[in-house]
Amino acid sequence: MALIETLNIGQKYGGQDVLKDVSLNIEAGEVFALIGPTGAGKTTLLRLLDLLETPAAGSIRFDGRDVTANKSLRLKARRRMAFVLQKPVVFNMSVYDNVACGLKWRKEKEPALRQRVNQALELAGMAQYAKRNARTLSGGETQRVAIARALAIAPEVLFLDEPTANLDPVSTAKIEEVLAHIIAEGKTTVVMATHNMSQGQRLAGRIGVMMNGCLLQMGSPGDIFSTPGNKEVAEFVGVDNILSGVIVNRDEELVTIDVNGALIQAISDYPIGAEVHALIRPEDVTLALHKDASSARNTFEGSIAKTFPIGALVRVEVACGFPLFAVVTKRSAEDLDLAVDKKIYATFKATAVHIIKRWN
Amino acid sequence: MTELWDGLVTALKLIISFDPEVMAIAGRSLAISATSSTLAALICLPLATVIHFNKFRGKRTLINIIQTMFSLPTVAVGLFVFVLFSSAGPIGGLDILFTPAVMVIGQVVLISPIMLGLTISALSGVDKTIADTAVSLGASRFQMAAVTIREARFAVLAALIMGFGRAISEVGLSLMVGGNIQGFTRTITTAISLETSKGDLELALALGIILIVIALIINIVLNRIQQR
Repeated sequence: MALIETLNIGQKYGGQDVLKDVSLNIEAGEVFALIGPTGAGKTTLLRLLDLLETPAAGSIRFDGRDVTANKSLRLKARRRMAFVLQKPVVFNMSVYDNVACGLKWRKEKEPALRQRVNQALELAGMAQYAKRNARTLSGGETQRVAIARALAIAPEVLFLDEPTANLDPVSTAKIEEVLAHIIAEGKTTVVMATHNMSQGQRLAGRIGVMMNGCLLQMGSPGDIFSTPGNKEVAEFVGVDNILSGVIVNRDEELVTIDVNGALIQAISDYPIGAEVHALIRPEDVTLALHKDASSARNTFEGSIAKTFPIGALVRVEVACGFPLFAVVTKRSAEDLDLAVDKKIYATFKATAVHIIKRWN
Repeated sequence: MTELWDGLVTALKLIISFDPEVMAIAGRSLAISATSSTLAALICLPLATVIHFNKFRGKRTLINIIQTMFSLPTVAVGLFVFVLFSSAGPIGGLDILFTPAVMVIGQVVLISPIMLGLTISALSGVDKTIADTAVSLGASRFQMAAVTIREARFAVLAALIMGFGRAISEVGLSLMVGGNIQGFTRTITTAISLETSKGDLELALALGIILIVIALIINIVLNRIQQR
């Protein structure tokens, strides 16, 4: 039995559906990440799971009991969870008192209270700030106080809403370190929302992709990353090449797809005539100055339309009958002497192409 | 002019020498107003949280009515309380008209709208995320309300002090239901009113100065609080 089970829950704000038909099971001890763009309904789902709001439709079970409407059961269940809100606010009191709040509300007595507060502060790296007024802290420190405040009550379930949004890389790294520690201990079920795909991949064991109030796809980070279920998910997880085409030939598993006259080979079960999207991750595309006899089935001659740097990498747009994006390291971009209009060969394997059905 | 000057000097002498009459009146004023303010606070704080944290039809209208009652005329409240507690009135049987008790009741009626309205607006000034945070950390509704009041503590305290200020400075109500009985229901304001009409300016001035000093202290405290 899952720790949290939702059945077709939905929520409306001002007559508008913000969450539709979400059925989700979260097992005790797992780390589940909700990813999706801003406004997808991640926060609303977390608020429903944390029992801050009651759903407009559907039901929620926690630890086997229906907690959809019963007020006293909801308080009891909520006291086994903690929620770090997206833009956490601290109470206008010392850092120590902030972290002690949840325990005081649970009537925890000294000296256990002091010990647990100090432990949580230590874990979040905020021990030296204990006496400071929490309102005087920076954004990253405030976030860590909020996490310490949640950890102090030793929740069975920890909800985190965009724990590192709007933070600088150093603060983000510190917070991810704290979260990784909690996850490694394995005592806490963690459900986090993030619009940062790579953060979801780093921390979560399972990912759910949300868009427009719907839970579109669930699976391991690897699955979501390599085989996104539809075009929107593909775009979100960073598949830059989404080519529309029709399957024109098949030989066992190997199919040929006509994309604007260019023929791409891929592995798929769809029949001839099926209208599909071919998804190719830019990092799976290699660039070369000469055509070589690699085992890769797809090689296209084209010219460079655009290059621009992203951190230590260079994103290259190749015009080869269709626009194809590739990512190469800065070093290889220099070796290849990439420049606009330069002739280039772009190559990718048939197995690197992920085919999904097109819905019009 | 010299008459006024002499009056002022005598008034200061009365204050500095802790004249028993003056001190008794001032003490009674403070005691009655402090009691009514405390009672009003005990009623208004919980009521304000109930109104603030619940959604119901006509909430906006209710708050508008409360705010309108900020400027309730003291004599109107006096009349209402008088009729209520007069021997022919519905609760005249209590026989407390012209006692400090009925003055306290009248002042509670008078200052409750101010305390209630200003406390509600103080609570509205608190970030809604505070309540969500408290609930998510396992606070019951009562604990959530308590922490929200705590967040708004300076504004709430200011609301309570505003109520006290109105209670100690009003005259119409105290005169009507208290009756300005010497040594029993005579307060600073009723005494000033009576002594002035009698032409006994020294006592009136002395009490007036004390009232202004009290008002000044309230203002300083209020300012300090609002600057936090």
